[in-house]
Amino acid sequence: MSTMTPPSALAAPPALATAPRCAPAWRAPLVLLVVGLAACALLPDQFGLLTRIFITVLFVLSLDLVVGIGGLATLGHAALFGTGAYAAGIFALQVQPDPLVGLLVGIAAGAALAALSGAFLLRYQGFTFLMLTIAVSQILLSLAQKARRWTGGDDGLSGFVMGPLLGRFEFDLEGRVAALYALAVLVLLFYLARRLVDSPFGLAVRGIHENRARMAALGTPVLARLWLLYTLAGAIAGAAGALSAQTNAVVGMDSLSFALSAEALVMLILGGAGRLTGALVGATVFTVLHHTAASINPYHWLFVVGALLMLVVLVSPAKAWAWLRRRAGAVQ
Amino acid sequence: MNTFLNILIDGLAYGMVLFVIAVGLSVTLGLMRFVNLSHGAFAMVGGYCAALLTREAQWSFWLAVPAAVLATALLGAALEALVLRHLYRRNDLEQVLFTIGLSFVLIASTNALVGPQVQMIPLPPALAGSVDLGFRTLPAQRLLVIAAGCAVAALAAWTVARTRFGVRLRAAVDHSGTASALGIPIRTVQCASFAAGAALAGLGGILGAELMPLEPYYALKYLVLVLVVVAVGGMGSIAGSLVAAVLLGVIETASKYLASDWGSLFFFVAMATLLAWRPNGLLKR
Repeated sequence: MSTMTPPSALAAPPALATAPRCAPAWRAPLVLLVVGLAACALLPDQFGLLTRIFITVLFVLSLDLVVGIGGLATLGHAALFGTGAYAAGIFALQVQPDPLVGLLVGIAAGAALAALSGAFLLRYQGFTFLMLTIAVSQILLSLAQKARRWTGGDDGLSGFVMGPLLGRFEFDLEGRVAALYALAVLVLLFYLARRLVDSPFGLAVRGIHENRARMAALGTPVLARLWLLYTLAGAIAGAAGALSAQTNAVVGMDSLSFALSAEALVMLILGGAGRLTGALVGATVFTVLHHTAASINPYHWLFVVGALLMLVVLVSPAKAWAWLRRRAGAVQ
Repeated sequence: MNTFLNILIDGLAYGMVLFVIAVGLSVTLGLMRFVNLSHGAFAMVGGYCAALLTREAQWSFWLAVPAAVLATALLGAALEALVLRHLYRRNDLEQVLFTIGLSFVLIASTNALVGPQVQMIPLPPALAGSVDLGFRTLPAQRLLVIAAGCAVAALAAWTVARTRFGVRLRAAVDHSGTASALGIPIRTVQCASFAAGAALAGLGGILGAELMPLEPYYALKYLVLVLVVVAVGGMGSIAGSLVAAVLLGVIETASKYLASDWGSLFFFVAMATLLAWRPNGLLKR
């Protein structure tokens, strides 16, 4: 990314390397839909894992909006996920079991928390922002632990049964409906996120990421833009949380935990931040690795992911690809 | 009144442990601009070395502690010289990822080598008892922790402000190119400061073994607490870290005594308030 891009980049997009992508916004979501449907068709006994992958991808996508696009390093993103999950779970338990209304409630809860906390958090930058996001998520975790009557405390929130989707499709034991439901929501929100990133609003946010002072000098209301971005990312994270609550029919304390925030960040960096597609790749690879390695031994898994992290930093994926390409070119 | 004094003493001891672990991180983060999230793992390594030396090898406590601290310092120096120095010029995110990965690997190795159970450091008879201070009796271990914390604070502040090494460290931080041209051995200074930070973390791990039980996940469990102390105290500020550690230690202990069902709520509310009030550190305006 060149920081020397003249301000006129906003006016004349197609001429520059950092200009918005020329690929139509529907292409990547369509590819995702086809790949997701193919995976569902080819792995009929793995619907549980696939659902988890779709939900994790959605969550990491939301994190990519904040970290990769907005340039705000956060370690408290699980707060938004957990709030969406608890909101959807409590709504299903206390009010009504319709999944789509529950999804909207989760989205609203995630967005509301992001809007409230963002108005406070975004005044700070860098390390202070990072630590304050941790504080917000830990405060929510303590509150959820305290409010046992609503959240079930450490036992988790359970006992709610989701109604049929659109009034027709019951959630089956196999998990087919759950997986397709999660995939549909993911594709839709991925499309919206792609449109958002390529919109003038998305360009302004990317400009803030690259040079906050210059964008402020150009007249962009920096705080308002970042606040809107954070709120929208909160809505997506809330959707992921709601999906997780509805498809698992249980919400645990770990959906608010520091570990979840850190893992999501790891997945994002693994896939490459700032391109949305990186979130898809990173989350999928990480979840599959986790699924296979953790079933052998949880500490074994920790060793694998630790070594992987160090390797990714020492040999960045971009460099590795370039090296591979050069090797392949030399052979031909 | 009695509860109040207990909270104060325990909180002070807890704060001192947090300070001893945090001060090394504060120096690397604030002065060398290196985000080292494997700092908690150094504390764990120090604690484990001391536990193994006293229990398995039957060393005396007073011999095992310096040996364990030295071992941690050597590990820190080796890691710095071999790998971490290549990361100084990378961005924050890459440093965070690498050092988190390093912590994961150290956690997994600790579990593979020693096992998942909690490690106890057997105390010598002189520390296991309690001391009569005239107005009340206190556990000797708490007194040792508080005294060690004060000593570390004084020594660290004196080293950075008064000694030749401190001058070189500050020069290397301010402008490494000029410092190097003036003949200051920058690499040695950086490596030595990093090793000293690791050694202090190891000491903190040993001193705090009673308050923060040693187990493989130690490295991540207490990392957030230590980061909070560094952030609230202000990066690179030794006095700020001390004030922040004692303040937060007392708040955490008080909430454990008086309102344990609220978890760490008050700790993090206090942290958010303090950070919002003084984003650059308690003692910096």
